[in-house]
Amino acid sequence: MAFDNFAEFLAMGKHGAYVWAAYGISLLVIAANILAPILRQRALRIDIQRKIKREKLES
Amino acid sequence: MGTELNPAAVNPAVVKPPSMAQGFNAMLRRDLVVAFRQRSDLVNPLFFFIMVIALFPLGIGPEPSTLQKIAPGVIWIAALLSTLLSVDSLFRQDFDDGSLELALLSPQPLFVLVLGKIIAHWLVTALPLILVSPVLGVMLYMDADTIQATLCSLLLGTPVLSMISAIGAALTVGLRKGGVLVAIIALPLYVPVLIFGTGAVEAASMSMAFGGQLAILGAFLILALAFAPFAIAAGLRISLNG
Amino acid sequence: MFATIKRLYHQFGSPRYFYDMTGKMLPWLIAGAVLLIIPGIVWGLAFAPPDYLQGNSYRIMYIHVPAASLAMGAYVMMAVAGVVVLVWRMKMAEMVARSIAPIGASFAFLCLITGAIWGKPTWGTWWVWDARLTSMLILLFLYIGVMALNMAIENAQSAARATAVLSIVGAVNIPIIKYSVEWWNTLHQPASISMTSSSMATEMLIPLLLCIFGFYFLFAVLLIMATRCEILQREQRSNWVRQLVENN
Repeated sequence: MAFDNFAEFLAMGKHGAYVWAAYGISLLVIAANILAPILRQRALRIDIQRKIKREKLES
Repeated sequence: MGTELNPAAVNPAVVKPPSMAQGFNAMLRRDLVVAFRQRSDLVNPLFFFIMVIALFPLGIGPEPSTLQKIAPGVIWIAALLSTLLSVDSLFRQDFDDGSLELALLSPQPLFVLVLGKIIAHWLVTALPLILVSPVLGVMLYMDADTIQATLCSLLLGTPVLSMISAIGAALTVGLRKGGVLVAIIALPLYVPVLIFGTGAVEAASMSMAFGGQLAILGAFLILALAFAPFAIAAGLRISLNG
Repeated sequence: MFATIKRLYHQFGSPRYFYDMTGKMLPWLIAGAVLLIIPGIVWGLAFAPPDYLQGNSYRIMYIHVPAASLAMGAYVMMAVAGVVVLVWRMKMAEMVARSIAPIGASFAFLCLITGAIWGKPTWGTWWVWDARLTSMLILLFLYIGVMALNMAIENAQSAARATAVLSIVGAVNIPIIKYSVEWWNTLHQPASISMTSSSMATEMLIPLLLCIFGFYFLFAVLLIMATRCEILQREQRSNWVRQLVENN
């Protein structure tokens, strides 16, 4: 353990703001990359289901 | 015509398709003739180049020391932008009137014809710009050595720029909004040429040897001549056939 | 060995097989990513000793370096997929290549942002025209060009083929760009403090390696998820997709 207590861990010497900002932004970017395909897959599935229904109604 | 017997009339199998060199020459001559008939396309990139460079002293201030310092970058970036501006017309007209499809169907390999087109385009748009660059160099307080380095580096570097932007133009020729897209595609690829082009001029302005930078620009030119026509031909095929 | 690779190549060339197989692989890849990244980050943030020069700010490295390595690797992978698109006209490669670009671009962006944040305490400014950061910036521009071209062409197949040509041209240029930027950098400024010291303590290096491997797993997960969407979109007229969608 490089830090004595949790407050010191948050402070990161004097560089707390930089380190946590970098990690926060990374978390955001990665979360966006994970969420985008999940949402797109859901929208695509709904769209395809709607198309199938419409075709069944037409025939 | 008429003075000699047409071999095709006697036996169609005898007809030899024109050679690669003939195809190249025909394309080069045709594009030069077309360019000289529409002189506005010929002078516009040149005026753009001159005006952009003339605006820098107005924006930054006329101190000779400042201008001397930024001159290599200014001349090179202006050259790069005017190449980018003119390249949009490289394939556009031929695409619209269908002659690009004829080139695709011709017996010569497409990359030979493409090379002819690019050389014609470079002769028409980039060469005048290189020829006036000494005058602009004097206006930016360059000394004789620096002007010489500018000339040499532009002479070696602008064909590479033409080749790279032709790749972008070939890939986007079928699209309506080609202009900005070509810039976005081509600008990052310009970086090495820009670095070594300005590097040569800067070295000359500090009265150091600039042969090394010119040699590297020459290497870029050889690489571009060897590979870019294939990429351009592939891009044109994709744009035309989908 | 060669026969196995050839068989796998043809099997994964089929969108349906790709969709089914990656669906089964995905949980394992996610587990791999979590099991490598979380220990790596926790170790790097809390247990690795502070750097004697940079203090604790160096801990940004555990994201910066993996992101940089991925951004480069993803571009090369996109170019390889481009070769497959142009030579063998494989539909699956088109979808993979299209899915790589946004992911690679976001890692390049991440590398630049973390580099800038790391630069502030290390160099005193947010941005330094350092050779590595500059070439990463140009790599991001290359990604943007590829994405712009892909979005501008409507027909999916010609978009994929045009993008393939551009990404191959870009991949040929990357080493040239990298060396010219390095040369330019040595010309214009004296050697600056490099971000990663060459001789790193083992306690710092092991979590870094964990993070790099973990990020590669993460990349595989993201790529597979994006490609599966692409498959659903491109194959929505086929029977198997319709059955798949109807069944759940």
